Amino acid sequence: MLLIRCPYCGMDRPEIEFRHAGAAHITRPGPPDRVSDEEWAAFLYLRDNPKGRVAERWRHVHGCGRFFNAVRDTVTDVFVATYKAGEARPPETGPGESQPMEARP
Amino acid sequence: MAEGFADTPRFRLIDAPPLARFVLRAPEAARKAAGKAYGLALPEMLNRGASIGERGKPGARVALHLGPDEWWLIVPEAEGPEVFGALEKALAAHPHSLVEISHRQVGYVLEGEGAASLLNAGCPLDLSETAFPPGMATRSLFHRVGLMIWRMAPATFRLEIDRSLAPYFVASLAESARDHN
Repeated sequence: MLLIRCPYCGMDRPEIEFRHAGAAHITRPGPPDRVSDEEWAAFLYLRDNPKGRVAERWRHVHGCGRFFNAVRDTVTDVFVATYKAGEARPPETGPGESQPMEARP
Repeated sequence: MAEGFADTPRFRLIDAPPLARFVLRAPEAARKAAGKAYGLALPEMLNRGASIGERGKPGARVALHLGPDEWWLIVPEAEGPEVFGALEKALAAHPHSLVEISHRQVGYVLEGEGAASLLNAGCPLDLSETAFPPGMATRSLFHRVGLMIWRMAPATFRLEIDRSLAPYFVASLAESARDHN
């Protein structure tokens, strides 16, 4: 079973209690009437799809109910770090190359 | 004993008496005022429960801290309106939401030396006493059903399940109980 650390509960909890909620740190562009269609489309739809560490939003839906952010490795599925919503991505979590399984933290 | 569940010497499932339930969403600053009006201090630490009195008896109070700004308050059914009024009055100065959810869910008590092991048939939490000591309360899952688990004592779990999902929960728990024996 994959355990995910909820930064609000402060404990490792089973993966099944969580729900993935898309990419993290997506900044909403300014007022829609002053934003070009291209900018708005990019905000809505365009996402990176890197091989390696990505920052994602997750929600502890069957627990405390909170959204938080996590840095996860898309190759090894290792959760490098989890942190509260609104906090900056921890600098030590990348952006980085995918780590081989034996080198994971 | 709960309908549809055969008690054994290792575990018993008991229906909770009629209760009034509230969800309080409020900032940390409102916690003390709410506790004073409620008659029981609301737990400060997340995923902890507190109680006074005996379940369903006059004056009994339960407070469960289930989310960073979320507490469940459970009292005997007859005292619901009085508690609601007292809390609303005490919290007038704080932004908050107090919602009655008495009939949204049903309560059970699962007790006995095999209770933790039986819950683990469908619940992925680590229910060992070091990881989940008495006093801890949290939402989790039992197979596909979301539920609230509060460990009142080493071998006593207080459970809350959404009303419409309770028959499924009791049936799957009974199934697991048969496998256990």
